[in-house]
Amino acid sequence: MTEQTSTASSAATAPGRTMIKLEGLGKQYPKEPKPAVDNLTLEIPEGEIVILVGPSGCGKTTTMKMINRIIEPTSGRIILDGEDVTKADPDQLRRKIGYVIQQIGLFPHMTIAQNIATVPKLLGWDAKKIDARIDELLQTVSMAPETYRNRYPKQLSGGQRQRVGVARALSGDPAVMLMDEPFGAIDPITRDRLQNEFLRLQAEVRKTIVFVTHDIDEAIKMGDRIAILQEGSRIAQYDTPEQILTAPANDFVADFIGRGASLKRLNLSRVRDIQLSQWPTVQLGEQPSRVLDVLRASDKGFALVLDEQRKPRRWVSAPDLQRDENRPLDQIGLAPEAIVEPQATLNDALNELITANYSVAIVVNASGEYQGIVDIDSITEAIRTMRTDARARARVGLDEDDTVDEAAQVGR
Amino acid sequence: MSEFFDFLGRRYDDLIEVGLEHMYLVGISVLLSTAIGVFIGVTTYRTERPREIALAVTGSFLTIPSFALFILMIPIMGIGAPPVIVALTMYGLLPVVRNTITGLREVDQATVESAKGMGMGRTQRLVRIELPLAWPVIVTGVRVTALVLVGIAAVGAIVDGPGYGTFIFDGLARVGSPAAINLVVSGMLGVIVVAILFDTLLAVLGKLTTSRGIQ
Ligand SMILES: Nc1ncnc2c1ncn2[C@@H]1O[C@H](COP(=O)(O)OP(=O)(O)OP(=O)(O)O)[C@@H](O)[C@H]1O
Ligand SMILES: [Mg+2]
Repeated sequence: MTEQTSTASSAATAPGRTMIKLEGLGKQYPKEPKPAVDNLTLEIPEGEIVILVGPSGCGKTTTMKMINRIIEPTSGRIILDGEDVTKADPDQLRRKIGYVIQQIGLFPHMTIAQNIATVPKLLGWDAKKIDARIDELLQTVSMAPETYRNRYPKQLSGGQRQRVGVARALSGDPAVMLMDEPFGAIDPITRDRLQNEFLRLQAEVRKTIVFVTHDIDEAIKMGDRIAILQEGSRIAQYDTPEQILTAPANDFVADFIGRGASLKRLNLSRVRDIQLSQWPTVQLGEQPSRVLDVLRASDKGFALVLDEQRKPRRWVSAPDLQRDENRPLDQIGLAPEAIVEPQATLNDALNELITANYSVAIVVNASGEYQGIVDIDSITEAIRTMRTDARARARVGLDEDDTVDEAAQVGR
Repeated sequence: MSEFFDFLGRRYDDLIEVGLEHMYLVGISVLLSTAIGVFIGVTTYRTERPREIALAVTGSFLTIPSFALFILMIPIMGIGAPPVIVALTMYGLLPVVRNTITGLREVDQATVESAKGMGMGRTQRLVRIELPLAWPVIVTGVRVTALVLVGIAAVGAIVDGPGYGTFIFDGLARVGSPAAINLVVSGMLGVIVVAILFDTLLAVLGKLTTSRGIQ
């Protein structure tokens, strides 16, 4: 997730080289009244995850499967890395494109190693290289090669099968991956873990990925860019998750995002990106009267006690201090809770602070040192900023030049 | 009863030799049925029309009375083992063809699609994915074929084919004499033993040739 946000914002400012270009792509199934994909033009930048999302039957799968020609387009062109592949040999084309489908489709009669070796074998790699690749990929997807190499798919859990599916798709080191609802058939907790693992992996491998889902939350989490599709694969909006959430292009998009767009946006920002609130802090061992002075000087009702390493130790309020005047600070008040690190999303921070006693989340760095506080005000402020930024970016080209510059600067 | 065992003891060498001939006859025919049947299945399973024709034709073979078919073979193939093998092969096709078609059509389409998506051509897909996955179903068909053919092979004695049928037809020729019953019963038991042997052999072979991943 960490890497993903940065990719997303760089995508907004500087789109990379185009890896896949769909030009007026269409698919008319025989005997159907309307085309399943109607004249779709889309550019997919190198190294990004582009999500195709939209209601059931809008043509996402058909669109994706035309890229590796599992479904042959009836009109238009597919340009892959500058080369027109609309009429290329499909088998050669497919060996260069990783492919993961919802049902995973592991070969049940082959071991995990044999499954992963499929494409390298087709590409004619020698046995030693293939062997090394199998181990490397199993490690990449956090599965111990010694344990899993010789197992059969039926001996794996659903989540493990999904991992092997991803490893198998990566085996020939393709520049492009197509993924059709790859995490669709998995329980929510495992799905969340696999999504995070996949994003971490993508930060390393930087593949160009076309990812189909019908779940807008997954789209927002996984996508550098999102294409929201309407019936016939017509693009309702093609933009970064931030832009789509803050400036939906039309009612269809707004409806599709649904209510709670602001809440969804909280998944996109991290604690380290926002202004933390200041809070009165005191050292462990301070006199209670001093603490009361500190509290009086601030507008807050309670202070945070830090130890010598600046680690949060206790929350103390004025009544706590007055009740137990002679007890040390670390024996009165409340234990600190809702502690988050800077890379936590605002959504995580919000979840923490809502359940905390004093309704604030304490931010600490990796070594546990106090950095500041997230309270409900910091979160509303963050939402407000995001919204203004996105509005400004969406209006680029509409206003005077200076407004554009300003918007771009705010966007940094 | 003891008289029957005396008979078995007296004809022991004969019984073994005839049994081996019977197995040879059936073995060859099962092999031919399997090879031809799988080929027909593989070439027709994808499209409805050819598929139905294949099943109808191989099915209609089974409706020809075996007696009649064996006799019809004489002008073409003479007598002895060859006409019997041809007729048996024809009878054995249906179970193999039907199970090949069923097995291939039951292969999970997602598996086939991911093979396709990885760049396997049609033949590679068939040989490396579809046939291995359909194999247990095909083997079941072969086992049915073997059982059917072991029985029908006995009738082959009518055109002088080898096997336990010779015992049964000998018995038939001597109805009324005490040897008749012995001949018929030992021929029948021989057929049963051969059937059990074939079925066990094929079951073991099937297991050995099926991936552990789909057992
Ligand atoms: N083989 C086919 N023959 C005829 N029509 C088809 C075929 N495959 C898909 N369609 C139609 O094309 C349209 C788009 O289908 P597609 O599978 O691409 O939708 P999708 O966006 O992936 O939907 P979902 O979210 O349900 O998977 C649908 O209306 C569907 O009924
Ligand atoms: Mg779909």
